[in-house]
Amino acid sequence: MVDFAITFALTVMVLLMVLNLGGLLLWVERKGSAVLQDRIGANRAAIFGRLPFNLGIVNTLIADPIKLFTKENFVPHGADKLLHTLAPIIALVPVLMTFIVIPFGDVLIIGERVIPLQAADLNVGLLYILAMVSLGVYGVVLGGWASNNRWALLGGIRGSAQMISYEIPMGLSLVAVVMTFGSLNLQEIARAQGQLIGGWIPAWGILYQPVAFLIFMAAGIAESKRVPFDLPEAESELISGYFTEYSGAKQATFMLVDFIEVIIVAGLVTTLFFGGWQVPFLLRDGFHFPWGTVIPLPSLVVALLQVGAFTLKVLFFCWLQIMIRWTLPRFRYDQLMNLGWKGLIPLSLANVMLTALLLLLF
Amino acid sequence: MVPISYHLVLSGVLFTIGVMGVLLRRNTIIIFMAIELMLNAVNLSFVALARHLGSLDGQLIVFFVMAVAAAEAAVGLAIILLVFRGRETVNADELNLLRW
Amino acid sequence: MDHVTFFALALPLIVVATMVVVHPSPVYSALFLVMTLFLLAVYFLFLDAHMVAALQIIVYAGAIMVLFLFVIMLLNLQTEPREQQRRGLRRAALIGGGILVLELFLLLRRLPTGDTPEQALPAGFGTVQALSERLFTDFLLPFEITSILLLVAMVGAVVLAKRQG
Repeated sequence: MVDFAITFALTVMVLLMVLNLGGLLLWVERKGSAVLQDRIGANRAAIFGRLPFNLGIVNTLIADPIKLFTKENFVPHGADKLLHTLAPIIALVPVLMTFIVIPFGDVLIIGERVIPLQAADLNVGLLYILAMVSLGVYGVVLGGWASNNRWALLGGIRGSAQMISYEIPMGLSLVAVVMTFGSLNLQEIARAQGQLIGGWIPAWGILYQPVAFLIFMAAGIAESKRVPFDLPEAESELISGYFTEYSGAKQATFMLVDFIEVIIVAGLVTTLFFGGWQVPFLLRDGFHFPWGTVIPLPSLVVALLQVGAFTLKVLFFCWLQIMIRWTLPRFRYDQLMNLGWKGLIPLSLANVMLTALLLLLF
Repeated sequence: MVPISYHLVLSGVLFTIGVMGVLLRRNTIIIFMAIELMLNAVNLSFVALARHLGSLDGQLIVFFVMAVAAAEAAVGLAIILLVFRGRETVNADELNLLRW
Repeated sequence: MDHVTFFALALPLIVVATMVVVHPSPVYSALFLVMTLFLLAVYFLFLDAHMVAALQIIVYAGAIMVLFLFVIMLLNLQTEPREQQRRGLRRAALIGGGILVLELFLLLRRLPTGDTPEQALPAGFGTVQALSERLFTDFLLPFEITSILLLVAMVGAVVLAKRQG
């Protein structure tokens, strides 16, 4: 009973964290793009049409959702009503479910009880993530098809082709990571990165698999359909692609899915390549510095430090993705397919071969 | 616990639905999907028997079935695309010539 | 798997599988097939086949069915008003289906219907480690042959779908 309550509380906590961060990223993206383009960006909310208060963050976090969620629920003429309504939900569910296997801390010890800081500890954790990522394409395809609109249909077709194509390099780059750490369990992968190379350098995945990191990052951005891989939406060609005909709450859901996918990519990159919740030299009972200093810490403080480190790393990679989005121009469709099939897939295969060779030799 | 025969009956029923689909429908893509359904019915009995006999062989065969299904889907859909380009139809009744 | 779980999964499975075959719109058919595959994955979880369940979703629901939807959308197949089902074929289908069901029941009478004790499961049954150990030792040759099959299929698909000239 208590175990169930803990699992439930962890799941709710993870969901709330993710949803709030998703909303916050909208503001970060607006402000971030403004910084890059030398503008001020969203900085005020005009209440009742007057009073231009400088509310900044309040504008995007409160005023915007209220506006979106009170809009008319519009379904275009000739559209498939059921699927048009279901598509955003189908897009949202798998991306939210992904987070339950991402560990955000080691363990919290309260008295006799050891609470793992991860909502679900699966032995097929990485396969589960790949499964959920591969289900993400349905929201795009159905949204595009059900809208009864050419732009939307084109966006849906582009989306399905792009997401199938980039799943392969993504999976292959993960194969190399799995070979390095010898586990599909994300918590075990995160723990393995707590060791030290030569007693000084934390053994983070990026040191073993730099190529896999680059491939995973590129494929991850392509999977989340953001610039420079945003061909399914491509404002300048397809209006806004598969969600052209969406407005109000349903469009807000699609936007939220977009930002949650950014968080997924950031969370996975952190967990697989940047030590997850690991703080260098921090073990379960406190800091153990290589020069011999030991600072003992209570379990709660250690857990908080780990969760804090995980959150910071995730935020950094979210920021990095937003910077990439506002820096690079969009690919052409043939360039996208060439990069995926002729660039990333052979590269990731070579990476797997090299990893296998090195594992055999050492 | 459910006896093994329950799983096998369910598998048989799903397989029969797939066979009916192949016989009843004229849209080649839907016929194709009915074939996938039959393959899955067989997978179900493999997995159930693996569990029943406590042996992993059944689950391993499911891998090979999946690989074959993936290969079949790629080639089959390519053929359907090719036929559609020439004949503008996916109706099995209208595809009555042994050439395209 | 107990009786409640079995029926909670089996009945929806049969319903959605029937809808795959019956629904006039190809897109809905494909979606019902996705639901069937998803339910089957859950079913596999209850049969201690974790790895197979994960692969079921990745390979079937995530790749093969997306390919189907892609082709349906590319060809822009609409709902056909009422498919001209030839009466003779429909009768043949009913007879064939009937014979299959009959056969099933005849077979069932030979099976032990009671609660046959299931074999005790070895530790780690259905996990990645257990499966891959078998796959890369006893099943190595079929595994390699499958990879050749996939390569052939890939080349075949590219050759077929490529526009001439």
